[in-house]
Amino acid sequence: MTEIFGIPLAALMGQLMLGLVNGSFYALMSLGLAVIFGMLQIINFAHGAMYMMGAMFAWIAFVHLGVGYWWSLLLVPAAVGAIGIVIERSLLKWIYKLDHLYGLLLTFGLALIITGGFRYVFGSSGQPYSIPPALAGAVDLGFMFMPKYRLWVIVASLFVCLFTWYMIEKTRLGAYLRAATENPALTQAFGINVPVMVMLTYAFGSALAGFAGVLAAPTTQVSPLMSSNMIITVFAVVVIGGMGSIMGSIITGLGLGVLEGLTKVFYAQASSTVIFVVMVIVLMFRPTGLFGKEN
Amino acid sequence: MSATTARLGYLAALVLLLLAPAAIYPVLIMKVLCFALFACAFNLLLGYTGLLSFGHAVFLGSAAYLTGHALSAWGLPTLVGLAVGTAAAALLGLVIGALAIRRQGIYFAMITLALAQMMYFVFLQSPFTGGENGLQGVPRGSLAGIDLSNDYALYYLVVALFAAAFWLILRTIHSPFGQALKAIRENEARAVSLGYDVDRYKLLAFVLSAGLSGLAGALKVLVFGFATLTDVHWHTSGEVVLMTLLGGMGTVMGPVVGAGVVVLLQTELADKVGSLVTVIMGALFVFCVLVFRRGIVGESVALYRRMIGEKTR
Repeated sequence: MTEIFGIPLAALMGQLMLGLVNGSFYALMSLGLAVIFGMLQIINFAHGAMYMMGAMFAWIAFVHLGVGYWWSLLLVPAAVGAIGIVIERSLLKWIYKLDHLYGLLLTFGLALIITGGFRYVFGSSGQPYSIPPALAGAVDLGFMFMPKYRLWVIVASLFVCLFTWYMIEKTRLGAYLRAATENPALTQAFGINVPVMVMLTYAFGSALAGFAGVLAAPTTQVSPLMSSNMIITVFAVVVIGGMGSIMGSIITGLGLGVLEGLTKVFYAQASSTVIFVVMVIVLMFRPTGLFGKEN
Repeated sequence: MSATTARLGYLAALVLLLLAPAAIYPVLIMKVLCFALFACAFNLLLGYTGLLSFGHAVFLGSAAYLTGHALSAWGLPTLVGLAVGTAAAALLGLVIGALAIRRQGIYFAMITLALAQMMYFVFLQSPFTGGENGLQGVPRGSLAGIDLSNDYALYYLVVALFAAAFWLILRTIHSPFGQALKAIRENEARAVSLGYDVDRYKLLAFVLSAGLSGLAGALKVLVFGFATLTDVHWHTSGEVVLMTLLGGMGTVMGPVVGAGVVVLLQTELADKVGSLVTVIMGALFVFCVLVFRRGIVGESVALYRRMIGEKTR
């Protein structure tokens, strides 16, 4: 059997691919955070709860309404986005003028309400969500067997990430968005409805998290607790990448996922902390993060 | 309020505290005191320096674990055990603070949170912490021949240490150092231009706050006899923010009041509503941020000032 550094190649590749899958989730999540932060200047602590809601909604839709995976992939992000709109209109819009810290605190409270509510109704035990039949089984990549579903996760999230990047960096709508981020008052004066854009941005960011949640549902136990560690890890990813660029969050997310996967092969005990260790190292040399700009 | 009235007020509070075990279960008051100290230490950063550390539970928890380990595995005397925990938390504060103060505002909050989470995993996997089960059966030991396993004996030790720590915080706030911290909170750029070494002040405040949070954690492990992952979990970090916010950040008594309300709410509600406690805490959070930003003490002071016709800012 082929080995690298005494590790079987198949195991190494397996963890590498698993890392890419995790990295896809980190990328989707930190991208959503970055989009929301760019427009609202709020670090959305409720982002993990949105992710959890995505997975829970997919499970509820399947068990209680018979809605399958593919419809969920479309409908659930829309539903989470709609909840985002309600949250933005009813709560967030009151605090834009305050210190940014209040945004963090408010969304932290929201995260507690959402996760606590789901735990109250559904309990905290994990629920299985089966892989859609079309993506069951594995493909032979030559060096390893890769479950089709994991490949799909990587492809789907990369597609969504790059689509978001394209929308923001290359289209007219994205140009408005960036203008509104730079100077809301001036953009408003040009006849662009900034409050509506803010609202839609929050909805879109939430929808991204919801999408990640549906994608994650078949790969994990669906439960109200799944948001807890995810959000902190994504915060670390954001600190490492710096909130500067959309592409930055995609690259950092994927890269750190891979790194985490590789650590699992070489020194498994460190796999849950490696991202934080990287954060410490990056902070020592680049306090603004890898792609961050000093503001 | 003049300084004399304030001093009389603290004295009255102390007397009440000394008499309280006659009416209330001492373990409950000790729990409140531990969290009140934790919140006061946290408020030193958030309320007086303007730094939102979102990972402060790591200092509470580290001290709890280390004190617990020092008492049960090494068999150290109680006071030495407390000192070990407190010093460890202060040291950890030095490391985390030095890294975190390089960024401001929400980034500072995220970094402290992420570093605390890293320590969470360290405690989860370390051989001495008992993993998911936590550290159990920590002995209280004795002090000057008095057996501390008696709740009342321990109570007076906790009150004495709480009062000492509270006094230290009070002195800090009213010292030139405290004034410099407030200047940093109000306008960091100006403090820099006035020649203050802002980073050193911030770091010093961070270490002090971490050490005092550690003392709170060390006392907590004495009171309950165990340390668990809950002590280092970020939910606990969130709770101390809530206590401070609810009581009134930047006020001396706010964190004490906030800690009392939150601890009592939790003890009262825990077995009645189950996981709804989280929802209630979250709602309290949202409420405080939206309409009650000055907190109970802050709003009361503002109300009092309006009543006596004093102009508020």
